[in-house]
Amino acid sequence: MRILAALAFALALVAPAAAQTTLIRDGRVVTNTGAGVIENGDVLIVNGRIAAVGATLTAPSGARVIEAQGRYVTPGAFAAMSELGLNEISGSGAPDDASVEGELVSAAADVARAFNPAVSAVAVTRMEGVTRAAIAPSGTATMFGGRGALVAMDGGPDSIFRERAFMVLELGETGAERTGSSRAAMWPVLEAALRDAREYPGRYRSGQGGAVLNELDAQALQPFANGQGLFLVRMESAADIRRLIRFKRDNPQLRFVIHGGAEAWQVADELARSQIPVLLDPLSNLPDRFERLSARLDNAALLHRAGVPIGIAPAPGTVDAHQARLVLQLAGNAVANGLPWDAAFAAVTRGPADAFGVGDRLGRLERGYAADVVIWDGDPLEVMAAPTTVLIAGQEQPLSSRQTRLRDRYNPAGRR
Amino acid sequence: MRTFAIAALAASAALSACSTTGGREEEADASDRAPYASTYAPRASTPTLIQNATVLDGAGGEFTDTDLLMRDGRIVQIGQNLSAVADATIVDASGRFVTPGIIDVHSHLGVYPTPGIDATSDGNEATQPNTAEVWAEHSVWPQDPGFERAVAGGITTLHILPGSANLFGGRGVTLRPVLGARTVEEMKFPGAPQSLKMACGENPSRVYGGRTSSPATGMGNVAGYRQAFAEAAEYNRRVQAHAESGEGDPPDRNLEMETLAGVLNGDILLQWHCYRSDEMATAIEISHEFDFEIAAFHHAVESYKIADLLAREGICSAMWADWWGFKIEAYDGIRENIPFVHAAGACAIVHSDSGVGIQRLNQEAAKALADARRAGLNISRGEAWTWLGRNPARALGIEDETGTLAPGMRADVVIWSRDPFSSYAVADAVYMDGALVHERGRRQPPYSDFELGQSYREGGQ
Repeated sequence: MRILAALAFALALVAPAAAQTTLIRDGRVVTNTGAGVIENGDVLIVNGRIAAVGATLTAPSGARVIEAQGRYVTPGAFAAMSELGLNEISGSGAPDDASVEGELVSAAADVARAFNPAVSAVAVTRMEGVTRAAIAPSGTATMFGGRGALVAMDGGPDSIFRERAFMVLELGETGAERTGSSRAAMWPVLEAALRDAREYPGRYRSGQGGAVLNELDAQALQPFANGQGLFLVRMESAADIRRLIRFKRDNPQLRFVIHGGAEAWQVADELARSQIPVLLDPLSNLPDRFERLSARLDNAALLHRAGVPIGIAPAPGTVDAHQARLVLQLAGNAVANGLPWDAAFAAVTRGPADAFGVGDRLGRLERGYAADVVIWDGDPLEVMAAPTTVLIAGQEQPLSSRQTRLRDRYNPAGRR
Repeated sequence: MRTFAIAALAASAALSACSTTGGREEEADASDRAPYASTYAPRASTPTLIQNATVLDGAGGEFTDTDLLMRDGRIVQIGQNLSAVADATIVDASGRFVTPGIIDVHSHLGVYPTPGIDATSDGNEATQPNTAEVWAEHSVWPQDPGFERAVAGGITTLHILPGSANLFGGRGVTLRPVLGARTVEEMKFPGAPQSLKMACGENPSRVYGGRTSSPATGMGNVAGYRQAFAEAAEYNRRVQAHAESGEGDPPDRNLEMETLAGVLNGDILLQWHCYRSDEMATAIEISHEFDFEIAAFHHAVESYKIADLLAREGICSAMWADWWGFKIEAYDGIRENIPFVHAAGACAIVHSDSGVGIQRLNQEAAKALADARRAGLNISRGEAWTWLGRNPARALGIEDETGTLAPGMRADVVIWSRDPFSSYAVADAVYMDGALVHERGRRQPPYSDFELGQSYREGGQ
């Protein structure tokens, strides 16, 4: 009886939402599709998905109508790399699930098991128009950085929409540091680890064990080593990227996305031929690491021009749990440095969705896509703009957070 | 604005006399120069007339269709329809914006330069909680490639501080980002006071508490400050007593005490890293006990909670637009911190603490301005530029020299491609003392010797 009641309650929670129909009317609709930008466009949302996008849609009876009044209507932003939900406060000795310490596991670390949708950063992030995020550990003890997940920013219990979406693989300075302090050791260890994973469980059951991986890590790595999962490879230098392209040629079944790629512009044509996407930081222009000596502000523009798929993410080493909202500012700065606006906006929406293999349902305003829709009070890549409405899978999100509560408590303009 | 013209003429006459001596900032014979003193010399410049700009003057004003004339390193006139002087370079800034060069009151360029490796990590003398004796300028590497990037972002003055590991981190220095400088003295802002960097909160107690030495707690921090200032007051008394009486030997020189005494005497400006409002309030109590002034609280994430107190005390707050959550003392950061401080009549400053952030402080101000308006505060663009102009100049004691655009001020000027409160705005031209030091799109070898000859860079950027 109690179970039945609970079930009825659960259905009651879902049912009205599932039946909900919303029409957003008269917006500057950025579709991220061949339809481009539709002036005075409408977006019809039924049951959490986009049902239609066009110039003049009719609201079905009972539909909620949101007047966009000519404002930008766009897909929600996709933060291509963050530690969102893995801590409330990242320093101060507070609990931090982003950082995986010790030798117990590395590849097997799984942030889907750590993500907490209730952290205050989720609300802070979504009210800035970010509706989805890729999350990963900040680091482990080895070159295998653990398994990342894709999450929605709705703060609900089912926020994780893809577990084990990718395996972080450190193959730059950081990877070398963790592997005998040398790239000369890193690559042979990588190859040995892939063999361990492919030969799991046989060599572990036989008692032979792994050459370099423990059993847990070998098991976790196996699908990725067999081409069934995506490696998110952190590297910056042109020399490292060339090595990866060559490695991909010899191991065509493996799937890679580069995170970092500050010097990728130097190998843009090779990257375009290999169609390895790059998640890059448009602000990366300091030679702060030796692997980033030729970082430059127009990296995004040069890669885009060459035909390399790009997404925008904070540079490795600057990824955090609190400022994923700044991806739109990063994209605006890419525009300031030569990237066309459409490409820049795509790089914080469609680009990450495509790179993570969910581009068939996220990142576009197109029939059948999840209705992550944001209405803005200005150009979304402008630092002074902000959302006025945020929908995730058709559900309107509160534009409030712990920060707005503090704001209202101390506002000298008297709003409380 | 037109009324500036008369004063400007007088100023320009006085200044052109100066230029006949070779345009050197300091005419003193090098052999007479005090050790460590500035040797900064402005680059050669031609008179320049910028026409038809929207001017944000850094003092709160915004003026459309306005011209600005600079000559011999100084601003001589601002107004409409100015006539060009002989040999003036004329720049049409129609549709563009002109502001004072940006001042960053909190930078570690040079002391934590790029590339960042163990050997270049020169910003924290974290060997004991009081290292008031060290000077950041003695860690500055003039070849830091970050200086060139900062200039491209409109920076013409920056204050380099030691890190925050210590209660007393040492002396900070105000620099010009002189590209190609071979010595730090070439970069020192002439006549700018030094500062003392102090730090509240988690950092000192974590660094030293972790070594089971004091301070390990917030109360340990405060005891450390008070004991040191008590000793400095006594040192000061003995130095002054000897100076007055001339009897006996002077007290032994103590570099640590000299710095603290400088704060007590008002010669050295206090820049205090302090996030939490309650800790700032305690710091103010300490300043009352020992009768010194605090120029600014830095990283003052919670200033909005005590904006009235900060206004009353006349203390500036140097703040980020939106950093938060990276430690517990930054947990209550809100995007309206800067405008709430401003609205209380206190001195608000946008700072970077970052080699990346320093390149676009205009965008940080823009975010704060936008959030102010959403919160119901009526703040103009001109007022918002005081966060990058007059206010940081004041906190560094150089408000009579730079930070605002007015006749007689140093001609530190940025021409922005468009409204600088836009993501898309870039600095088209940056003038320092009237000399063009950055021009967007100009291809040239990197200034830093470190970057020269790295073949991939030579392709230009």
